[in-house]
Amino acid sequence: MAENQRILVCAGTGCASSGALPIIDILIDEIKRQGLEETVSVVGTGCQGFCEKGPTLVIEPQQILYTRVKGEDVAEIIEQELVKGERVERLLLVDQETQKPVSSMADINFFAKQHRIVLHNCGVIDPKKIEDYTAREGYKAIEKALKEMSPEDALEEVKKSGLRGRGGAGFPTGLKWGFCRATPSDKKYIICNADEGDPGAFMDRSVLEGDPHSVIEGMLIGAYAIGADEGYIYCRAEYPLAIKHLGIAIKQAEEAGYLGDNILGSGFNFHLKVFEGAGAFVCGEETALMASIEGKRGMPRVRPPFPAVSGLWGKPTNVNNVETWSNVPHILRKGAEWYTQFGTEKSKGTKIFALTGKVNNTGLVEVPMGTTLREIIFDIGDGIQGGKKFKAVQIGGPSGGCLPEDMLDLAVDYDTLTQAGAMVGSGGLVIMDETTCMVDIARYFLNFTKKESCGKCTPCREGTTRMYEILDRITKGEGKEEDLDTLENLALTIKETSLCALGQSAPNPILATLKYFRHEYEAHIRDHKCPAHNCSALLSYTIDAEKCKMCSLCAKNCPVNCITGDKKTNTPYVIDEDKCIKCGTCMDKCKFGAVTRA
Amino acid sequence: MAGLATSFGSGAMTNSINEIPNTKVMFVIGSNATEAHPVIGTKMKQALAKGAKLIVADPREINLAECSDIWMRLRPGTDIPLINGIMNIIIANGWEDRAFIEERTEGFEKLRESVQKFPPEVVSKITGVPVEQLVEAARIYATAECAEIFYTLGITEHTCGTDNVMSLANLAMLTGNIGKESSGVNPLRGQNNVQGACDMGALPNVYTGYQSVTNPEARAKFEEAWGVSLDPNPGFMIPDMFDAAVSKNLRALYVLGEDPVITDADANHVRKGLQALDFLVVQEIFMSETAKLADVVLPGASYAEKTGTFTNTERRVQMVNQAIKPIGNARIDGDIICDLATRMGYPFVYSSSAEVMEEIAKLTPSFAGITHERLGTQGLQWPVPNSEHPGTKFLHEGKFTRGKGVFVPIEHQLPGEQPDEEYPLLLSTGRKLSLYNVFTQSSEALVSHSPEELAEVNPLDGKKLGLEDGEVVKVASRRGELETKIKLTERVPEGMVFMTLHYDEAPTNVLTNGAYDKVTKTYEYKVCGIKISKLNK
Amino acid sequence: MEWLTLTIDGREVSVPKGSTVLDACRMNNIPIPTLCHAPELTSAGACRLCVVQIEGMRNLPPSCVTQAAQGMKVETQNPKVRSARKTILELLVANHPLDCMTCQKMGDCSLAEYAYEYGVTGEVYHGAKRDLPIDNGNPFILRDPNKCILCGKCIRACSEIQGKSILDFSFRGFDTQVGPAFNLPYNESDCDFCGSCVSVCPVGALVEKKMVGKGRPWEVSKVQTTCPFCGVGCNFDLNVKDGKVIGVTSNPDAPVNGKALCVKGRFGMDMIYSENRVTTPLIRKDGVLVPAEWDEALDLIASKLGEIKNTYGPNSIGALSSAHCTNEENYLMQKFMRAVIGTNNVDHCART
Repeated sequence: MAENQRILVCAGTGCASSGALPIIDILIDEIKRQGLEETVSVVGTGCQGFCEKGPTLVIEPQQILYTRVKGEDVAEIIEQELVKGERVERLLLVDQETQKPVSSMADINFFAKQHRIVLHNCGVIDPKKIEDYTAREGYKAIEKALKEMSPEDALEEVKKSGLRGRGGAGFPTGLKWGFCRATPSDKKYIICNADEGDPGAFMDRSVLEGDPHSVIEGMLIGAYAIGADEGYIYCRAEYPLAIKHLGIAIKQAEEAGYLGDNILGSGFNFHLKVFEGAGAFVCGEETALMASIEGKRGMPRVRPPFPAVSGLWGKPTNVNNVETWSNVPHILRKGAEWYTQFGTEKSKGTKIFALTGKVNNTGLVEVPMGTTLREIIFDIGDGIQGGKKFKAVQIGGPSGGCLPEDMLDLAVDYDTLTQAGAMVGSGGLVIMDETTCMVDIARYFLNFTKKESCGKCTPCREGTTRMYEILDRITKGEGKEEDLDTLENLALTIKETSLCALGQSAPNPILATLKYFRHEYEAHIRDHKCPAHNCSALLSYTIDAEKCKMCSLCAKNCPVNCITGDKKTNTPYVIDEDKCIKCGTCMDKCKFGAVTRA
Repeated sequence: MAGLATSFGSGAMTNSINEIPNTKVMFVIGSNATEAHPVIGTKMKQALAKGAKLIVADPREINLAECSDIWMRLRPGTDIPLINGIMNIIIANGWEDRAFIEERTEGFEKLRESVQKFPPEVVSKITGVPVEQLVEAARIYATAECAEIFYTLGITEHTCGTDNVMSLANLAMLTGNIGKESSGVNPLRGQNNVQGACDMGALPNVYTGYQSVTNPEARAKFEEAWGVSLDPNPGFMIPDMFDAAVSKNLRALYVLGEDPVITDADANHVRKGLQALDFLVVQEIFMSETAKLADVVLPGASYAEKTGTFTNTERRVQMVNQAIKPIGNARIDGDIICDLATRMGYPFVYSSSAEVMEEIAKLTPSFAGITHERLGTQGLQWPVPNSEHPGTKFLHEGKFTRGKGVFVPIEHQLPGEQPDEEYPLLLSTGRKLSLYNVFTQSSEALVSHSPEELAEVNPLDGKKLGLEDGEVVKVASRRGELETKIKLTERVPEGMVFMTLHYDEAPTNVLTNGAYDKVTKTYEYKVCGIKISKLNK
Repeated sequence: MEWLTLTIDGREVSVPKGSTVLDACRMNNIPIPTLCHAPELTSAGACRLCVVQIEGMRNLPPSCVTQAAQGMKVETQNPKVRSARKTILELLVANHPLDCMTCQKMGDCSLAEYAYEYGVTGEVYHGAKRDLPIDNGNPFILRDPNKCILCGKCIRACSEIQGKSILDFSFRGFDTQVGPAFNLPYNESDCDFCGSCVSVCPVGALVEKKMVGKGRPWEVSKVQTTCPFCGVGCNFDLNVKDGKVIGVTSNPDAPVNGKALCVKGRFGMDMIYSENRVTTPLIRKDGVLVPAEWDEALDLIASKLGEIKNTYGPNSIGALSSAHCTNEENYLMQKFMRAVIGTNNVDHCART
């Protein structure tokens, strides 16, 4: 092969935990063994997004995707791809519709339907190398800002782009910067909120791991526009790889003169530090986050004063999240006009979603604002696992709402989702199928928020526990008719009276499920039934004597020995319901479909 | 008192307690405010929280030292060279307030000459404070928008106490930090009504409001009001009284609510004096060590059992309101004095303490506008020259009480007694938070919280003497000895021992020196030589 | 001063610029329940009981931290607001011991007062309740964390009044507690026992230990007076029941100290009833002090002093006046020495 080739191996946290790192070493050895090191290079990249199929690798420039690669596959891939120029079919993705393997990323819906702005470098460059970043226009935006634009110009460009905060609330970024810029002070700070805490969300982690310089460059532009000379990246300590890559990137940027004093000879100074969070979900709330940096207990405080007026150590401070900062260099480099072509009227640009749950293609996807949920779940996500029926999508993290099937054609943007009782949030999408109990799901999320409540304000501290307790009783079949009113009243009070966004949105899973899946609650309370057959306390297993072949497999596998019967005396097997723990093992083991669940 | 009176013309705290949270700099010297004046300590903490700077000069690592910007751990008894050194630095850097000096003061040239002898290096040697700290303290204090000086007995309880105070007055005037809000020179008065007792003329040289007994006009006023002729010569000060008792020049003593056997320095000498008297009357609420020596003990009333006024350290005259009847057969102290005067042929007839205050107001210009009714729940800060006057928040605004403030050059003097070979350790005394003098010994709650004396000894000294933390030892000076438990702590520097004066069982003042300040005759409680030895068991 | 006009419950009121909505209500005698608010402390906006409805604002903002604005329309008592407050109170009561009958705070408990006003039953929520050990290890403050409603006032009092920051929240969510670091009892922490925390506690979580069982608020009369312990001159209220002082409480109007006091002032009043009090005159007879009548004692003193004066002159008599006694008494003492005895031999330990 005359052309130089690159093998991009996903080394993000997801693929790394599926065994990607040894593959890189084996690849390098194998290429050497084949004498191909002159023309083929191996790159450990950040997250390529297709986590479900990890470890993944991409052969460039042909853009051929290999999935679920193992160490022992490496020799074959090198032999076939690099020597013979042929595919290793068994490692290619199989199209669910045609059941045929597809090799080119362009032909794979998962990639083809995305539009990658923030993830432009993610999975493509080596995040540990600043030269990989600069080779793809990196730091051109800050150069442009410092050389050609005044701080006001830079601010104006971000305002015009219509960029809104990607952390959840969707506040217009330019406006926020403007407030901070307008507050007179001898000292200002900017902060990158990288305390991504929603269960199932890993957008920010992936950006930090895969393209840390884009965040640094975004912050540089923000600092320049606002007039700040010091910044913090508040990153949760559970993201060791992100922290490592940030550390490397900051050092490289300092050495290259992009961070420090008199940046690029412009007289502009900016110093950046990484601060590791200690694991409190509430520290993703900006006032709690700042308290944490100050060494205080991470608890939100009332606003006003807003951070733009009195933030970190009482100084004007601007906080944006990772994805927001990462959008900024692209906006400055290509212009606000370019950016506004993506998205809807009030929600511009793209949004990254972490697709998880009962969907075929779990992973990280970036789509233009306004894409429908159906497109994301069924086209990009390739539908529901095991051919089951879609039931709901939980959007916006633990405080988001669950939307039912008839809302699948909603366009995903800030205002539409809020109207529907959910929110964009940070971008977690949890897909649920018919086996998911919506009461149990609400209970699950309340268990999370009650544990993560900081304890400062009464409604959130006391109320989330009471809501959880009511839900817990309902899933155990101990619910009362009046519980639904109590729950609804409590949820609304908490929503309207809590201090911070965590409390104000904590009841969302309940309110949304009560709105769209009230019948499931009623079934639990009135009929003592869980329609999804999920709540174990409400299940009963019986053996159909007609179908029972008396093979004894169920009895042998029962962990509590509650099944009896005897082939010799022709006594079909029977489950003692008092002793049964409803684990379902008997049903799984029965080869004759004699065990039924109700 | 006398020091500030010389420099400014008035000896009281110049500014108010509630100005503290708004000050920019606090210079605290010889004052353990968080323990001895806890609520003033909290006001200082509030100032710190608002960004004020704190400079502390104290040999002990007191709580304020821990939260200070600069802690100067000076050798005990070296306050004068320290202040002179700071003034030397201020003048050398041109940080003095020229306009203030010109307009409001006199004697600057003499001061300037005298502090020439205290360059930083020399001062550092004398005091043990590093030059950098001296310079930084001088800069912070002198260049602040407003700065307050606070001192307590760490300054006054020395043989050179008056001079120490005048040094601080010099410093404040040099930088114009006087006569405006949140500044000034602020002695924190010890006992609840020590300010009031002074204001009321319970002093041998003045009547109420510091009107001198030697001033014929003042004397004539009081003679007319009281209808008697008055002695034109000042009487005995406390230390003189015990000497006079021993020499039989004093025959009888009437002690009202004091326990000199415990609280006065060189307790054994005090006891000897009291025992030499022909007749000792003690009017007290507790069976004190002094009461035990009395010929007659009169049971007085506690603050809860009487109505009257106390004057606090910031000159605020405030109501004390009777809540309960005197306990048992006890009587209100004022009533006892009136009864006694009447029995001696001079009827004291007052229907209430309010009427006594009316008489005080008539005779005392600074109290002229004070009545119990006006004091109400908020009190008034003297001077209150007339019945419409709202009281005086801070003194010396625009003009000092004496006209111009006077700089008095002060020379360094050594303490009356220094540690030597025989008594190698330096004893300093003070208070701890939960207790106050000997009074609080009678609160079960407070005593159970701080049950015993714990003399503070530096671990290095402890090691030298083979002492362990919590050990009971013998402490002796030239004047007496006692036994006490010790605590090994770096709060005290090597060579220094710190004890409180709260405990009858360890009566610290048997050790202290009866040497006193030449002007005020305040005892040198803060420095004397002692030795510690192990008990033979 | 700039004034703002706003409408509260249909009533037009004017307040100085910079007032909060709560200030505006209180200035106009419009009742708003609060648990975490105290005028001497910064506002935390934590209890959420003071929520109101304001036209154009989303949710129910807490009035204590919402700035009043020109033309603002506020409703403080509509059903939605009252229902939210009731729910918050139900939540607090559901996690609060209902031993009000024996609680020291009965009659002075803000939670009980509002629960009564809002018709809280305590029956709405059933579930977990805190069960934490009581901190009883010091002589001054009794701390029952189970009664704590986590308003945080004690934390702010410790840090903002006392400058100590001994207290803070620990744990999260429903498990949140207030206390010294590492959950130490007060007496093992750096606590100075100033009792500022007690003075702001709205419920029975922090009480003066010595007052427990000694009197109910309605049986107690309060007498403002000046502290006898040091020269700062703090004022406080002596709590008197049946002619006996049972304790000391802060008086927020105290000119020097406000609610702040130190351990001596707040907890040292039991010295009034010390065993060591002298309660009857004593005369030394045969070397021993024996009880005597007032007449006998005073006549003896009058005659003895008269005798010595006549024999050795007035300057052979001296007096130590007292820095503990009142101004009036000191005045009388020096007048006695100067006018009755005829000497200037009067001094006091002015210097300690």
